[in-house]
Amino acid sequence: MTKPALSDEILMRVEKPARYIGNELNSIKKDKSKVEIRFAMCFPDVYEIGMSHLGIQILYDMFNKRDDVWCERVYSPWPDLHAIMKEQSIPLFGLESQEPVRDMDFLGITLQYEMCYTNVLQILDLSQIPLLAAERTDDCPIVIGGGPCTYNPEPIAAFFDLFYIGEGEITYDALFDLYKTMRTAGKTRGAFLREAAKLPGIYVPSLYAVTYREDGTIAQFAPLYEDVPAVVAKQLVLDMTEAVYPEKPVVPFIKATQDRVVLEIQRGCIRGCRFCQAGMVYRPVREKNVERLKDLARQMIAATGHEEISLSSLSSSDYSELEELVNFLIEEFHGKGVNISLPSLRIDAFSLDVMSKVQDIKKSSLTFAPEAGSQRLRDVINKGLTEEVILDGAEMAFRGGWNKVKFYFMLGLPTETVEDMRAIAQLANETAARYYDTVPKEQRNGKCQITISTSFFVPKPFTPFQWARMYPPEDYIGRAKVVNDAVKEQLNRKSIRYNWHEADVTVLEGVLARGDRRVGDAILKVYEAGGIFDAWSEFFDYKRWTDAFAESGIDPDFYTMRERSADELFPWDFIDTGVSKEFLRREWDNAMAGTVTPNCRARCSGCGVKKFGGGVCYEDKD
Amino acid sequence: MKIRIKFRKFGVMKFIGHLDIMRYFQKAIRRADIDICYSEGFSPHQIMSFAAPLGVGLTSDGEYLDIEVHSFTSTEETIAALNEVMVEGVEITGCRILPDSSKTAMSLVAAADYELYFKEGYTPPVSAEDFSAGIREHFWLPKEFLITKQTKKSEKVMDLKRLVYVFSVEEREQLPYFSLMTRTGSTDNLKPELVLEALFGKMGLHYCPDAVQIHRKDIYALKDKDSAAAEGLLSASDFISLGDMGDLI
Repeated sequence: MTKPALSDEILMRVEKPARYIGNELNSIKKDKSKVEIRFAMCFPDVYEIGMSHLGIQILYDMFNKRDDVWCERVYSPWPDLHAIMKEQSIPLFGLESQEPVRDMDFLGITLQYEMCYTNVLQILDLSQIPLLAAERTDDCPIVIGGGPCTYNPEPIAAFFDLFYIGEGEITYDALFDLYKTMRTAGKTRGAFLREAAKLPGIYVPSLYAVTYREDGTIAQFAPLYEDVPAVVAKQLVLDMTEAVYPEKPVVPFIKATQDRVVLEIQRGCIRGCRFCQAGMVYRPVREKNVERLKDLARQMIAATGHEEISLSSLSSSDYSELEELVNFLIEEFHGKGVNISLPSLRIDAFSLDVMSKVQDIKKSSLTFAPEAGSQRLRDVINKGLTEEVILDGAEMAFRGGWNKVKFYFMLGLPTETVEDMRAIAQLANETAARYYDTVPKEQRNGKCQITISTSFFVPKPFTPFQWARMYPPEDYIGRAKVVNDAVKEQLNRKSIRYNWHEADVTVLEGVLARGDRRVGDAILKVYEAGGIFDAWSEFFDYKRWTDAFAESGIDPDFYTMRERSADELFPWDFIDTGVSKEFLRREWDNAMAGTVTPNCRARCSGCGVKKFGGGVCYEDKD
Repeated sequence: MKIRIKFRKFGVMKFIGHLDIMRYFQKAIRRADIDICYSEGFSPHQIMSFAAPLGVGLTSDGEYLDIEVHSFTSTEETIAALNEVMVEGVEITGCRILPDSSKTAMSLVAAADYELYFKEGYTPPVSAEDFSAGIREHFWLPKEFLITKQTKKSEKVMDLKRLVYVFSVEEREQLPYFSLMTRTGSTDNLKPELVLEALFGKMGLHYCPDAVQIHRKDIYALKDKDSAAAEGLLSASDFISLGDMGDLI
């Protein structure tokens, strides 16, 4: 058995020691003398969150399938252990070998949300690796960033040696082979990075220079050398069916957020909601074959013993073989103690029938995500959900015995007016009214319960709303108050509950999401002032951020309060996601005109991803 | 059909708490394809119960869980099937089929025995011989061995002699190893470290919880339920290991 890196005394003192001991079922142990590359794969948040992430599981499986690579997992030590490790200078370690990360060849960090950036610095610091890439020597691991936030890596560019842009399944083999060749040839870190920059999808920030105009916008972004590409192309998997997938995922001892088998049924989304980054950067939609999914489901349940299986995709109802897959899962597993958990499906006769088979109607609720309250604003954001569809779906469900409905909306969307905000409360009221009109008194199971949740919209790179402005925190809270007041005016107010989010963190996400290289200095200052786990409201400290901005001479409003001009050069424009800037701008104009764009299956809108040569763009054309 | 499974827990698995061990076995039983019975309803759960929770940090050679199954091949095959899907640090060492009328291990638990020893890197304050004399002088010779137990609401004076059936020490490689058999279960549960800590106190020694590894050796039921009436007079011979109940097939 591998000796833990932490002593009994420490493990007995910290919360949930199981976070740090490894040894989980299906975790991979190798003989370190027989591998050539040691890779530490990190999700910079607490174990239970990180272990739930599908992308890391895919890469962990894929890397370890290579005999010459040993990939281990690393998560953020919780603040209790963080303090002990700092005080006793204990280096952060990989869970499998329990050996220091700093002795490995690579440290890969997945960047799933902006508020994890201080945790990235925590990982580097505890690993005893210099925080700034420029200060690292040949014996430090190569620090790689991946995941959705790399679609604008600039705010954290100084902390990474390289970024991998796009889906991880594609370029890592070439990167590992290059690393081995360069090391055998005795080349330096710098020489390796220079060569790596030529691989598709690899961005080495130190090889590019940025200049700014007087107004603060970017004048030029260009490689320092002629052999370094000016544009970095997103990598994507064309054949999802043949793509690697973890048949034996690691099974944690403590309950992770996703304590279940997760089947990725497709990647991408046909819908084209204008606020949604995933819907743009994962284009085109690519489905996994249903027979392969059935096979995976059987194998993964057998290999994990999980009591639940769930589907993963951006919009499961659009999966063409959904009915066959769901019926298979129910027949194969239901009644054998395996629950089927369905992600929010479009509410229709099929989904209600399925839900009635796998859930307790009395306890479960229907979920709608109209995102905007009025039809006008739904047209602006291209959310093709009408009031009629919502109310008819709810009515069908009420007749089937459901009486709980959850609504998700965003506030602060471009062009939003007070009428749009009030429409949220009105829609909830109409839904409640439909319940009382539809279900006779004697058949009711009490009142209906409508829950409204709103979050605040943050414009993201590579979406049609990347030009949009944001608002000050107090303005967001004001919008929530408008909704709250409107809820109180409704006839069915006693059936409606309203929850809203904090606004401070929204503004900060805005700065980090569309920030440039200058923002990195503030992130460093926040970490130095003790900021970690900013994604956790109990640790988030807004003042620490405003202080850091002031100290770094950064004006957050520059990043959040400006509507960008059509021709502004964005920090992320050097990345080619396949979706053209012209298309995004066209969609911005359509949004301002309230014009809806049909989904990819209804009509091609010429976004540009057809050039990849696969997915929905070529359906029925084989 | 009722089945009792015995297992060991060692190494880093001592850091996995009781609730997580329960979840671990639920998944392991599905991986091993054991034909376990499920409860009714929308979220069916396996019919499974554990004898006595083991605290975080403790290792054990004698842990038990009872399950109900629809069908069963042999105890040996069940042990092999489960061991095939275990992680390092959990090992199945026994399996018995129980009469349908038998009570769950949880309701039968009456005692457990433990070994307590100094972890690597810690030096015992005195020799095994001194500890042996201390146990005799402070524990066995006096009529009572009173400690004050701090509960959330009040202080309670307890006589540990009534709840301890074995308390001795032996020397192995110049180090003391303590043996303790104590009352366990829903009433009068006695943690072994409480006894050791009290002994240290009476001997004028400082007890450091970090220094001592506690290892559970086995869990016991009362051989004869009626002897429970004579609580104060129980001795080690009044108990039967949970693993010796039921039959092998």
